[in-house]
Amino acid sequence: MLETAGAPVRSSPRPPLDLSGKRSRRTSEYVIRWLLIGCSLVTVLTTIGIIVILVVESVNFFREVPVFDFLFGRTWTPLFEGKNQQFGVLPLVVGTLMTTAVAAIIALPLGLMAAIYLSEYAGSTMRSFLKPVLEMLAGVPSIVYGFFALTFITPVLLKPILDVGTFNGLSAGIAIGIMTLPMVASLSEDALRAVPGSLREASYALGATKLETTVRVIVPAAISGVIASFILAVSRAIGETMIVAIAAGQAPAGQTGGSGGMWDLSRSMQTMTGFIAYTFSSDVGRTSVAFYSLFGVGLLLFIMTFAMNMLSQWITTRFREAYE
Amino acid sequence: MISHTGKAATVAGYEPRVASRRITGHIWKWVFFSSTALGIVLLIMLLWSVFEPGVGWLSWHLVRDMPSRVPEKAGMNSAIWGSIWIVGTSGVVSFILGLGTAIYLEEYASQNRWTNILQTNIANLAGVPSIVYGLLGLVVFVDWMHAGRSVLAGGLTMALLTMPIVVVSSREAIRAVPLSLRQAAYGVGATKWQAIRHHVLPAAFPGIMTGIILAMSRAIGETAPLLAVGGASQVLFNPTGPLSSFMVMPLQIYNWTGRPQAAFEHLAAAAIIILMVVLLVMNSLAIALREYFSRKNRW
Repeated sequence: MLETAGAPVRSSPRPPLDLSGKRSRRTSEYVIRWLLIGCSLVTVLTTIGIIVILVVESVNFFREVPVFDFLFGRTWTPLFEGKNQQFGVLPLVVGTLMTTAVAAIIALPLGLMAAIYLSEYAGSTMRSFLKPVLEMLAGVPSIVYGFFALTFITPVLLKPILDVGTFNGLSAGIAIGIMTLPMVASLSEDALRAVPGSLREASYALGATKLETTVRVIVPAAISGVIASFILAVSRAIGETMIVAIAAGQAPAGQTGGSGGMWDLSRSMQTMTGFIAYTFSSDVGRTSVAFYSLFGVGLLLFIMTFAMNMLSQWITTRFREAYE
Repeated sequence: MISHTGKAATVAGYEPRVASRRITGHIWKWVFFSSTALGIVLLIMLLWSVFEPGVGWLSWHLVRDMPSRVPEKAGMNSAIWGSIWIVGTSGVVSFILGLGTAIYLEEYASQNRWTNILQTNIANLAGVPSIVYGLLGLVVFVDWMHAGRSVLAGGLTMALLTMPIVVVSSREAIRAVPLSLRQAAYGVGATKWQAIRHHVLPAAFPGIMTGIILAMSRAIGETAPLLAVGGASQVLFNPTGPLSSFMVMPLQIYNWTGRPQAAFEHLAAAAIIILMVVLLVMNSLAIALREYFSRKNRW
């Protein structure tokens, strides 16, 4: 039935015009509607699938290794035999936190300052040149950043000034920071540009300089978007895999005899994602505890990033300053 | 209030200090500029670190030959064809699913709780680490579907990973089509689907294509999920169908980067150059498409 002109046609006793194919048109409308709903259901099924699989498979793991030992153990040796095999995830978590912290120290301030420059200071010519450069940085695959960390950051930038190993958490963290910088810059810039011009004008009218306007008026007005971009960048850094798989090494933090123990960034520092990648590239039996530990680590990783993504969304909707 | 000396009247000891505030402002302007300019410096360093060791190793046999234990003979032919298969499969699947979801959300869904859940869910999926998709693909496609470590399993995993990108960009493209176009279609008796199929989708096509290309360029550089689904062993043949095993360019690069001999590092750098050129071509295509059509359709 026609959607807009449907009612009048039906009300006449005998339609003067036979619009043949009406019935088939109506059925096909229903079929298509449900097909489209089916497509959108796939996204929900993906999320449910991820959660179910991580939980179900890690149950196999937690049957062998108590949850408490997993979360608070300080030794991670899944590929060892017998009594030497221990599943204390703390070294991996420390690896993830330390590389993420390095990345955040680089990406958050630099990203925000770049966003401020692009949004408040840059003229249109400058902007049309700088934005594509940042977009290109964002489009480089993470494997290339891994290569960059291993063959450039460590030997060329770090070795001359610091005592670092070939594989170290610091270079991986720096590379992750460079990778997430464009994301912070572009999301924060969107937030800053959404602040209406009248706020700037009001601030100037009160005698503030451009810097004062930016720092005390524009950034606070856009703070929800800026913080959301920070959280997304940190969540991205936690989940980054290839950079740490290449550059951060394959020994968990504190298990290579570095002087700083578990927190030593200058030595090999396997992260949660790095462990998953490493285990897949080495042959581990599909029914071994080591294999199921992948899902335990995966579950922990998913919970961490999921919580951060939800937090970022909550902040954007809850604290957004709406201007008209 | 301006006093006759020309200085602003002080309100409880207020000093304007205009000069020093201006200087601070100028200093910070340069700080802001240099942190943006640092992006350019980093990009140049990144490109140089790949170009310098890799350019001497670029040759036709790198493209034509199969991987080998001898670096001088090693090529990435199987990886190039594997990437084409994987990106093709994931492109088709994420196009259908992503566009379908986008059409549903923009044209059919009413503003209710279910739609809200769908939207939040898609935003969340975009933030799930790619390696987690690998774990999903390993269990669902490799094991449950019995697809094995195949092109099909890898392509479907990549399709799920890139679907949020397609959904978001297609939604934007569909939303940009003016309502009057739909109303005109209804006015001449089109059903809802006919209006979408014949008027909304053609108008939104360039935006949708841009999204697909961006999703495919994400898929071509993504490594971690395929490490889980495909494994990292050598593959010395090209895929012959959806069920054959595969190697992709970034996995081949990872494989070469991990070897102790320095020659393989050069090989990896050369392979990265090829990968980056492919990505550059795809992204330029997306930008060109957007520019061309945005000049063509104006409403």
